[in-house]
Amino acid sequence: MGATFDLWKATKWVLFYLLVAVIVVVSVFPFYYAILTSFKTGTALFQVNYWPTSFSLDNYWNVLNSGSFPRNLLNSIFVSSVTVILALFLAITASFALARVRFRGRGLLLLTILGISMFPQMAVLAGLFEVIRALGIYNTPWALIFSYTIFTLPFTVWVLTTFMRDLPVEIEEAAIVDGASPWVIITRVFMPLMWPALVTTGILAFIGAWNEFLFALTFTSNNDTRTVPVAIALLSGSTQYEIPWGNIMAASVIVTVPLVILVLVFQRKIVSGLTAGGVKG
Amino acid sequence: MTTETLAPSARAAAPKVKSELMQQRIRAARLFLIPMLIALAVVAGWPLLRSIYFSFTDASLSNLEAAQWIGFGNYFRWTVLESGTVRYRGLLVDPAWWNAVWNTVRFAFLSVLFEAVLGMMVALVLNAEFKGRGIVRAAILIPWAIPTIVSARMWGWMLNDQFGILNDLGMRLGLLSQKVAWTATADTAMTAVLIVDIWKTTPFMALLILAGLQMIPKDIYEAAEIDGVHPVKQFFKITLPLVRPALMVAIIFRLLDALRIFDLIYVLTPNSASTKTMSVLARENLFDFDKFAYGSAMSTLLFLIIALLTILYIWLGQVKFDGGDR
Repeated sequence: MGATFDLWKATKWVLFYLLVAVIVVVSVFPFYYAILTSFKTGTALFQVNYWPTSFSLDNYWNVLNSGSFPRNLLNSIFVSSVTVILALFLAITASFALARVRFRGRGLLLLTILGISMFPQMAVLAGLFEVIRALGIYNTPWALIFSYTIFTLPFTVWVLTTFMRDLPVEIEEAAIVDGASPWVIITRVFMPLMWPALVTTGILAFIGAWNEFLFALTFTSNNDTRTVPVAIALLSGSTQYEIPWGNIMAASVIVTVPLVILVLVFQRKIVSGLTAGGVKG
Repeated sequence: MTTETLAPSARAAAPKVKSELMQQRIRAARLFLIPMLIALAVVAGWPLLRSIYFSFTDASLSNLEAAQWIGFGNYFRWTVLESGTVRYRGLLVDPAWWNAVWNTVRFAFLSVLFEAVLGMMVALVLNAEFKGRGIVRAAILIPWAIPTIVSARMWGWMLNDQFGILNDLGMRLGLLSQKVAWTATADTAMTAVLIVDIWKTTPFMALLILAGLQMIPKDIYEAAEIDGVHPVKQFFKITLPLVRPALMVAIIFRLLDALRIFDLIYVLTPNSASTKTMSVLARENLFDFDKFAYGSAMSTLLFLIIALLTILYIWLGQVKFDGGDR
């Protein structure tokens, strides 16, 4: 009896770890394979290998030294950073009002903000195009910074509101008793406590802006103003049938590695930020 | 929430200056909200109204200013031919549009279904205590961190008909009898899109469900264990009902996201009628076919469909978004 029980237990253990292995392999393999491909050139590209066989940095050299990819990288960094800073700046005060002060229509306002962050960007594309042309910022980074506000701002407001709601009331009470105005409460009392939340929200918004495709595709029109996702999507060879897979994979690895590192370093914070936006809401 | 009051704690702290303080806080709150409200009005509100307006005009991409109001013509109109037969035109009788609606709905339903089931599985694994849990958690964050365009390209290469590793693997394992042109064939294009989307977004679903799982008190399971309740029954009688709120929110987030899908399909299966979604078709009309007004009508309908579904879902599912009443 004891022996069979152990056998059952062992089987369960093996099955469980098999499942764990499948999850890990499926998650990691495509990225691993992209890295593998990015080191291959010439005919080696077209041989399927499961393990590293060749190592060449040619694809990276090509991507970084010809064409506009370095420029696209700079565009992406500039657009994403400015978008995030702008959104955080507007969101801090707004989320204080939404989390800490009771006023008529607060629930409706929160729901509207959530609605905006969830509604299809396609629905505003035509109108945004008109506004961007009227402002004369078409085909500049500002067109993207302007349009990205539509998803970074509601998101940052929403997450910061949930964070701020959880701060202990005692701190604020003490400040009020000392005669601090709401502005002083935000800048002197809450800001120092909010740094972790700001970093988390900032990273998540940055990733969102970095990955954005629809607006970037629509509001820029030449190689020098494009961001990285559009550049990778439009990367093509000299003929239609000759897709430069090696270069595409190298470019993909270049834009993904910083994100993966960022995500792994801030793992816990990012998970808590994501779930704050969703579950706790 | 009908009356304007101060947070209860602050009211208790300073009862004498209550009303003055309250007024000051509400005034400050208004001031604090104004910049955000203006920003949202400019980037979301106004463009949305203009898009809807354009759908009732004959606007063209090259000449937006000369747009003339034409009423519902882009949606539905008819002409009576000399022979007496009636021709119906417009979005509501356009087969390409209804094909896109069907593709979108099918994609959204299937992807969210698979993501919910697989996400639940991954969440249950991550909720168990075992050696190497940290590694698994880190591993599943990788698909989430990879930009959609990059994952579309990566999988496009893996699904390549001639040199793709998935065909190679399938042949080696005996699952495929011949190489499949995954992204180019009408029958498999949707499958390819689904595979990539499920791979990319299951982690998000898993993390949201995991957060819900972790809120379930452990002693419920201990009690069930003592009563000899079978683990499968435990899952359906304890876990599922208790994790339901988190699951519902995760599903609606993903559903709304899936209904507006654009980038993955645009890159992975361009020009494939069997995967063309509402967003892809709308953008095509707006900017590639020079049918700006017609495209606007599509994006307006897309907005209406998503808004209606959201309201329906929130109403039916009793999802609570405004959790705190502090």
